[in-house]
Amino acid sequence: MIRVLLPYHLRALARVGGEVTLDVQGPPTLRSVLDALEARYPMLRGTIRDHLTQQRRPFLRLFACEQDLSHEPPDAPLPGAVASGAEPILIVGAIAGG
Amino acid sequence: MSKVRVLVGTRKGAFVLTSDGKRERWDVSGPHFAGWEVYHVKGSPLDPNRLYASQTSGWFGQVIQRSDDGGKTWMQPGTPPGEPVTTPDGMPKGESNKFLYDTSAETGKPLGTHQFYDGTQHPWEFKRVWHLEPSLTDPETVYAGVEDAALFRSTDAGKTWQELSGLRGHSSGPRWQPGAGGMGLHTILLDRSEPRRIYVAISAAGAFRSDDAGQTWRPINRGLRSQYIPDPNAEVGHCVHRIAMHPSRPDVLFMQKHWDVMRSDNAGESWHEVSGNLPTDFGFVIDVHAHEPETIYVVPIKSDSEHFPPDGKLRVYRSRTGGNEWEALTKGLPQRDCYVNVLREAMAVDSLDQCGVYFGTTGGQVYASADAGDNWAPIVRDLPAVLSVEVQTLP
Repeated sequence: MIRVLLPYHLRALARVGGEVTLDVQGPPTLRSVLDALEARYPMLRGTIRDHLTQQRRPFLRLFACEQDLSHEPPDAPLPGAVASGAEPILIVGAIAGG
Repeated sequence: MSKVRVLVGTRKGAFVLTSDGKRERWDVSGPHFAGWEVYHVKGSPLDPNRLYASQTSGWFGQVIQRSDDGGKTWMQPGTPPGEPVTTPDGMPKGESNKFLYDTSAETGKPLGTHQFYDGTQHPWEFKRVWHLEPSLTDPETVYAGVEDAALFRSTDAGKTWQELSGLRGHSSGPRWQPGAGGMGLHTILLDRSEPRRIYVAISAAGAFRSDDAGQTWRPINRGLRSQYIPDPNAEVGHCVHRIAMHPSRPDVLFMQKHWDVMRSDNAGESWHEVSGNLPTDFGFVIDVHAHEPETIYVVPIKSDSEHFPPDGKLRVYRSRTGGNEWEALTKGLPQRDCYVNVLREAMAVDSLDQCGVYFGTTGGQVYASADAGDNWAPIVRDLPAVLSVEVQTLP
């Protein structure tokens, strides 16, 4: 079980109140977690990754276990604490005014 | 008794303002999509309870919302063709948010580049939907003008979108450039008398017309003169801010350009200036009285970088002669210390017997006049900065 904490606006779009839990087949990676997230909540397609290029949107960052995973390869294995469900992945909007 | 519904897009959500035909007492609902920029909300002329909204964010991208009950409830309409509209969990699907430039060999055009702020070439990148224009003939069809400039169409009520790539692929594309707000396609005008005719305007490329339902396009900028481009009379590169048309005379177009108020009497084949006695010919909005095709409205704004009303006085200017001769309309509008802007999508008219005129400001006020501009009063004073105003006249 993978735990994901979405920023406020994406929780509102996905109509979830708190943390999201996902089942991911095999060793979890950023790609497989985001694929599972978008499959479960299709309205989030395009809001975290570009529809076409699958690139992370520039004002979003991905953290877990006090590490910045934003620039990790999408198919790199996630930390064991994420894979075991002990720690969540945090999807965080940049603090950039507005 | 007739009703009026004013659809307001702001920097932090959408609001729906409703009143009876007297237009004195207003109910305010919202914010819808709180915290998101809502560039535009517009209703179908065929099914007034069907509304489309462009919800957008620099963080999270583009979301299209649709209401089928006049704005009481909203949904994201998209889903892949042939699939159920919701997931097994009851969630709506995300196809309505997908705006992909059509680069296919069959119907598309290569992605290409346009001119960037620094004069270099820059690839087209989708950013947001600026304008939604529901069809005049089919309630399931709606057009979307986007940044970077392109025209999309949905024929399934916003579920899926296809680019009409002939516009973006026009040979002049490499000479288009972004205005200060981006390279947005912000004006879409449909012609009741010529169903295959579409006008669009792009900042800063200019105006374009299609006579074959959006397949092919040509620039219609003859007569425009812009000192901020190397050739002031160039075919493209003009920063058109808004074009308006009266439905009864679709060949007559009125334009507020970056500077100059312009008029065309031949469907855009040529333009001539009608700024006349305006205190400044810069501004963003322009609109036409619902029943008097020669009565037009603008809000002069001080340029180039100040972008507030001259002398701190918020004045709508009305011409009853199709331009050139303008009168200031000030009753009920602040005449001192007013430094708001009125953005390009933020003026609209209703079609009651006494034409109502509405505009919104970056200070969060939405002003209404129930007598064609003679007297004004704020409907609301303290919304987030207003990006767009549309009006529906309901039976």
